[in-house]
Amino acid sequence: MSGGTYYVPEQSRLPIWASFGLFLTVFGAANWINGSSAGPWLFFAGGLTFAAVLWNWFSIVISENMAGLNSPQLKHSYVIGMGWFIFSEVMFFAAFFGALFYIRTLALPWLAGEGDGGASSELLWPGFEAQWPLMTTPDMAVNGEEALRKGPEQSMSWPGFGALLGWLPFWNTVILLSSSVTVHFAHTAIKNNNRKQFNIMLGVTVLLGFIFLILQAEEYIHAYQELGLTLESGIYGSTFFMLTGFHGAHVTMGTVMLLIMWLRSVLKGHFKPDDNFGFEAASWYWHFVDVVWVGLFFAVYVFG
Amino acid sequence: MAHGPAKGITRWLYTTNHKDIGSMYLWFSFAMFFLGGIFALVIRAELFQPGLQIVDPNFFNQMTTMHGLVMVFGAVMPAFVGLANWMIPMQIGAPDMALPRMNNWSFWILPFAFAMLSSTLFMEGGAPNFGWTFYAPLSTTYAPPSVTFFIFAVHIMGASSIMGAINIIATIVNMRAPGMTYMKMPLFVWTWLITAFLLIAVMPVLAGVVTMMLMDIHFGTSFFDAAGGGDPVLFQHIFWFFGHPEVYIMILPAFGIVSAIIPTFARKPLFGYSSMVYATAAIAFLSFVVWAHHMFTVGLPIAGELFFMWATMLIAVPTGVKVFNWVATMFKGAMTFETPMLFSIAFVILFTIGGFSGLMLAIAPADFQYHDTYFVVAHFHYVLVPGAIFSITAGVYYWLPKWCGNMYNETMGKVHFWLAFIGLNVTFFPMHFSGLAGMPRRIPDYNMMFADWNMISSVGAFLFGAAQVMFLYNVIATIVGGKKATAEVWENPEGLEWTVPSPAPYHTFSEPPEFKSSH
Repeated sequence: MSGGTYYVPEQSRLPIWASFGLFLTVFGAANWINGSSAGPWLFFAGGLTFAAVLWNWFSIVISENMAGLNSPQLKHSYVIGMGWFIFSEVMFFAAFFGALFYIRTLALPWLAGEGDGGASSELLWPGFEAQWPLMTTPDMAVNGEEALRKGPEQSMSWPGFGALLGWLPFWNTVILLSSSVTVHFAHTAIKNNNRKQFNIMLGVTVLLGFIFLILQAEEYIHAYQELGLTLESGIYGSTFFMLTGFHGAHVTMGTVMLLIMWLRSVLKGHFKPDDNFGFEAASWYWHFVDVVWVGLFFAVYVFG
Repeated sequence: MAHGPAKGITRWLYTTNHKDIGSMYLWFSFAMFFLGGIFALVIRAELFQPGLQIVDPNFFNQMTTMHGLVMVFGAVMPAFVGLANWMIPMQIGAPDMALPRMNNWSFWILPFAFAMLSSTLFMEGGAPNFGWTFYAPLSTTYAPPSVTFFIFAVHIMGASSIMGAINIIATIVNMRAPGMTYMKMPLFVWTWLITAFLLIAVMPVLAGVVTMMLMDIHFGTSFFDAAGGGDPVLFQHIFWFFGHPEVYIMILPAFGIVSAIIPTFARKPLFGYSSMVYATAAIAFLSFVVWAHHMFTVGLPIAGELFFMWATMLIAVPTGVKVFNWVATMFKGAMTFETPMLFSIAFVILFTIGGFSGLMLAIAPADFQYHDTYFVVAHFHYVLVPGAIFSITAGVYYWLPKWCGNMYNETMGKVHFWLAFIGLNVTFFPMHFSGLAGMPRRIPDYNMMFADWNMISSVGAFLFGAAQVMFLYNVIATIVGGKKATAEVWENPEGLEWTVPSPAPYHTFSEPPEFKSSH
């Protein structure tokens, strides 16, 4: 037990198991991708181990807090930790946004002969013209139907104001923005000790998250089956699916986090007006995912 | 929290103690230092003479790649995190790191990650062979199958670094003893605070770029493939956006260590504390806007060449502030030359040489001549070996008596220093000449005209390697026995860590200590 004011936990088996689970997950993934039949088994065994450790880890932290071990100073450590974790996520997305901007504004014009590349464009990719969305790849410009790297048949770009109401990304934007508002209402509700409203607002947020994910899946199916837009559709497909895909993965994470917070409130009565950082951290994450979407909406869809 | 460490192996597996975790980081780093050193010696043995003697070219490439990766991610970075773990809580008067369990998680990821990375040496097609900078398309289209394992190893060691950095920031921001305002923190704490910020900002970018590689290799995307509209140069931009702050991640904590040691042995307070802090922050800021100086010859627009050239040369200003600061601290000091001080003075001199060759490389038109030659190898080894490695070594000698309660063997420490100092200069100084004469890096065979300098370099490398065995022996001998150290260890050193007994009790500062600053 802590002799001082700051609670330093005793020995814990969690970290070593978390490391092992994480290792097994990625080791399995690498084996799977490289075609080893043991890969999927290792991957799922690792994923389950990791999930089990996290479950335990969070339960222990929650019970420590409920036992009153966490001083305000320690709670502040969690607040700082979550803030900087979100900053790291911002930088992860920055890499993909940066790639998109670089390709659009610099790389494609250069491939088409702008700049001081001399004759290289004419020699390597004769006839290639820069455009965005990139429907005709350099490979197609040179090799036509024989090309290995083909662009999409149709893109996901802005359909004009007339078609706005039938445009799925618009509705996804409405849904996510609304969910940011509802999760904020939930936060206000718990601060005002209004459990019922907290549960309703948080439940609505989770529901909106699910709807967003279903629509996103719908969009992907539409892209693959009708637009000829896949991960392999040249750089447009690469940036489109990696940006929206990682965003979708983060929405999934955020929805699961909020769902767990909702279950904790509904089933266990967790969270107090002045002690609800577990929920608040998840809501920060949700707002972050929302902001990324706004960036995506403009960079990938509207000005796509 | 009153009791001491647990018994047996579980002490290390399950620990939440910053000192235990710091020790594990340091030992892990030491092990990786020797592993990466063996790889380096394979390289130097092959390059002893022109022609192919010992290894085939593909294996040679695997050695250069693994040497770089193991030294950067396995030796230097974990060593600094180990020192941070040991020293930051003691220097700010905290009972432990802010998030002790996550601290142990950050550490234990590393052995797994490096086991996975090292296992690629035994895989079909061999280990990664595309250089530690893993430029596409060498690392994508032409990579061995083991690249997948490399990518995932980078992912989890990145996760480890980010968690470690978050922990360090939370500790420094939240757990300082009352009265220790930001501008009263020891410089090692300051430099680590800024380093941690850099880590959180750029490790995710590294994760992003290896993810793009993974997708290009296995899932048909075109990020680095011009045929699909991508660009291999995009890889270099993203990599170096990570890579340049990364090289400051490997040097800023070194500045902190040296700024602690020089005042102790010059018996004068640091000449200019706040200018040191601001210079560190300025270097960190500039590190984000200079990345393309690694890419001058790739075909950048002239405006880009100029911007990155001038921005890079600006770094010399805050770095100069630091170097003059250390020199001015020593000026008219009552200097003595114990081992940590020897390593620190060598740091100041040799790091400055590395800085000057960096200035030469920053000049874009000149860089067209130096690029990808041994001159570059000489440059970055001068900032990393006497920079990062010497400062870590200095830090170990400086704080080892505090950690284990015994004094190290001073004579052996000095012999270690001189062997390492001579060894590194004999190894790396001739590389300036072979590089300026045009010898390209990352090749197993070379023209006869480079033979003499290479032979000298190889002799120096084995001398340097042998010196480190002596270091290992000295550290172990000190832990096992030796003269008892006092609480202060040195003559009137500054800092809270010297107010606790040597060895430092398993738990220090359960109650926040009284803090009085001298500056």
